[in-house]
Amino acid sequence: MLEEIKSCREKAISARDKKAASGDDVDLDKYESHAAQAPQNNTIASISSDIKQAALSTGVMLDDQSQRSGTFVQIDNRPMHSAAAQEGIEVMATSEALAKYAWMKDYLWKAVDVDTDKFTAHTELNQADGYFMRALPGVKTTYPVQACLYMSRSRAVQDVHNIIIAEEGSELHIITGCSAAEREPGVHLGISEFFIKRGAKVTFTMIHSWSPDVEVRPRTCAIIEQDGLFMSNYVIMRPVRSLQSNPTAYCVGKNATVRFNSVIVATPGSKIDIGSRAILSAKGAKTEMIARTISTGGEIISRGYIEASELETKGHLECRGLILGEQGIIHAIPEIKGCRAGVDLSHEAAVGKIAEEEVEYLMARGLSRDEATAAIIRGFLKVDIQGLPPMLNAEMQKAVKQSEADLF
Amino acid sequence: MSNGNLLEINNLTVSVDDREILHNLNLSVKPGETAVIFGPNGGGKTTLLMSIMGFPRYRVIGGSIKFKEQDITHMPVDERARLGVGISFQRPPVVRGVKMRDMVLACLRRDDKEAERIVDELAQKSHMSNFLGRNINAGFSGGETKRSEMLQLLAQGPDLALLDEPESGVDLENISLIGQLINEVLGKIHPIRERSRSGLIISHTGHILDYVNARTGYVLCGGQIICDGDPHDILNTIKDKGYQECVVCLKK
Ligand SMILES: Nc1ncnc2c1ncn2[C@@H]1O[C@H](COP(=O)(O)OP(=O)(O)OP(=O)(O)O)[C@@H](O)[C@H]1O
Ligand SMILES: [Mg+2]
Repeated sequence: MLEEIKSCREKAISARDKKAASGDDVDLDKYESHAAQAPQNNTIASISSDIKQAALSTGVMLDDQSQRSGTFVQIDNRPMHSAAAQEGIEVMATSEALAKYAWMKDYLWKAVDVDTDKFTAHTELNQADGYFMRALPGVKTTYPVQACLYMSRSRAVQDVHNIIIAEEGSELHIITGCSAAEREPGVHLGISEFFIKRGAKVTFTMIHSWSPDVEVRPRTCAIIEQDGLFMSNYVIMRPVRSLQSNPTAYCVGKNATVRFNSVIVATPGSKIDIGSRAILSAKGAKTEMIARTISTGGEIISRGYIEASELETKGHLECRGLILGEQGIIHAIPEIKGCRAGVDLSHEAAVGKIAEEEVEYLMARGLSRDEATAAIIRGFLKVDIQGLPPMLNAEMQKAVKQSEADLF
Repeated sequence: MSNGNLLEINNLTVSVDDREILHNLNLSVKPGETAVIFGPNGGGKTTLLMSIMGFPRYRVIGGSIKFKEQDITHMPVDERARLGVGISFQRPPVVRGVKMRDMVLACLRRDDKEAERIVDELAQKSHMSNFLGRNINAGFSGGETKRSEMLQLLAQGPDLALLDEPESGVDLENISLIGQLINEVLGKIHPIRERSRSGLIISHTGHILDYVNARTGYVLCGGQIICDGDPHDILNTIKDKGYQECVVCLKK
């Protein structure tokens, strides 16, 4: 294990100044960096009501946990609370899991490369902590497990490193809410590594609610084995200074499936470069990616990449964007790459404005122009997510609905 | 109403994308009156209804439209709708993401406890109960589209219903349903309570005359009303001799 740790450190040191493959650079030296602090296990009651309120807007319910199978809270770089509420479900700080399980070395930095760029390097060099979630073989969460990641410090970097393991035949539903104190500048770096074993199913619903001066650089990868399913649902509708993220799913086992759904709104001043990637390298692997983007004046790059190199692989990618208001940029970059005969890949992308014909149709029924526009935008943002448990779907719709109020 | 007309169109000239389609058209509709408009393809029938509804693409370059004694010539679409004009489209657009139920609710313009129940009741009446959860018009068949349009009008309850080919593409069984729904929209089912509702119905086949009691018929051709009379007589003439006869008739 020592060897492993040493080689990770060395790789991280070598990548410390390596710029990211896309997105604006962030000068991390302008922010304070802190090494992770030892996890605490505080009671929920000790968490301030401001943080609870922020968490609630991202689907994380701290006061009433009756509908959750586990909870994790991290403030800045310190895990504050972790508890599992179901037999066979594990929730703890990543550092605790490292101390507990020798096999953690087989997971840490095994989906995401530690030397991907300066952001992965930074989390390693600051010994980032985060959450460890695991469903034991065959165990299915009755309720979602929730995580709240909150930034309270001004001008600081939050480093997070999460490991999620769904053992064979298990089912793990996770809701993660990321938020920050109002109007505080900062950087959030979050590594998430997902391991979805044979026949397991993970749904990961993430709602971001930052403040307008925060820069966000998550790095996420998932490894999906035979008959495994990974569903990632992502919502960001509140202002952020910049966000760049391009999670990759590796479908390595037969019939492994990944679905990405995202709802992205860029308000004036926000710069969001976001995408999803699926590498289908096993027979029958499948992916579907749906992105709905709206610019109310901000800039969005909406990427999608599917690569298929085995028989009977299938992928579809859809980005639709609406530019509302005078300014705003939406740049859709859908890419598909087939590496042999027998793959079936397609994409569709559209960027435009709301069809006047549709607005007028609703107006002819008595809706005002504003009501008609709102109804159409609401419909645009409503992605019908197949296979997402109704409770998570409701959380996602609730988050969308709350933020819609700021849109019109 | 001084002259007793619900709708009064005087010398209406309308252009679409800089092409003049309606020329000095005159037409009036009395409260409770239902009229059927016939005419060859491209004659301007849809243009007339769309102009009465007030879609901006149909630019009024001359004349006036009065409704309930108000000049609505330049009134926005939504205000006309709220004043009591309603339309069922020949080819309505698909609105992705907007559910039929929400649309019907919006047409009702009430959000009390009764609203949901009324929506269910009207949907049942128009055999659209299974469509309430679907996106409006997305993948609807021709006949389903017509029923969806009638359902929305039922909820809206306009004083003047503009129906653009409500029976085209509808099978023989459903046509009597559409007929019933039209009668309901026009308030003919409760003749005493809602006697004053009026309708303008575009039809090619005249099948609708078997279900709806229309006293007046018009022929719209080349952007003008060229004939009026009993709708059954007009239909018979057209069936016998085609629209050519109307043109000749006009010259007499
Ligand atoms: N954007 C446009 N530019 C040019 N001409 C147009 C435009 N829109 C409609 N027209 C023309 O206006 C004329 C009248 O069209 P309208 O749709 O009113 O006919 P209609 O009587 O309803 O025909 P149908 O029986 O086929 O439905 C047609 O010749 C049509 O091609
Ligand atoms: Mg027409």
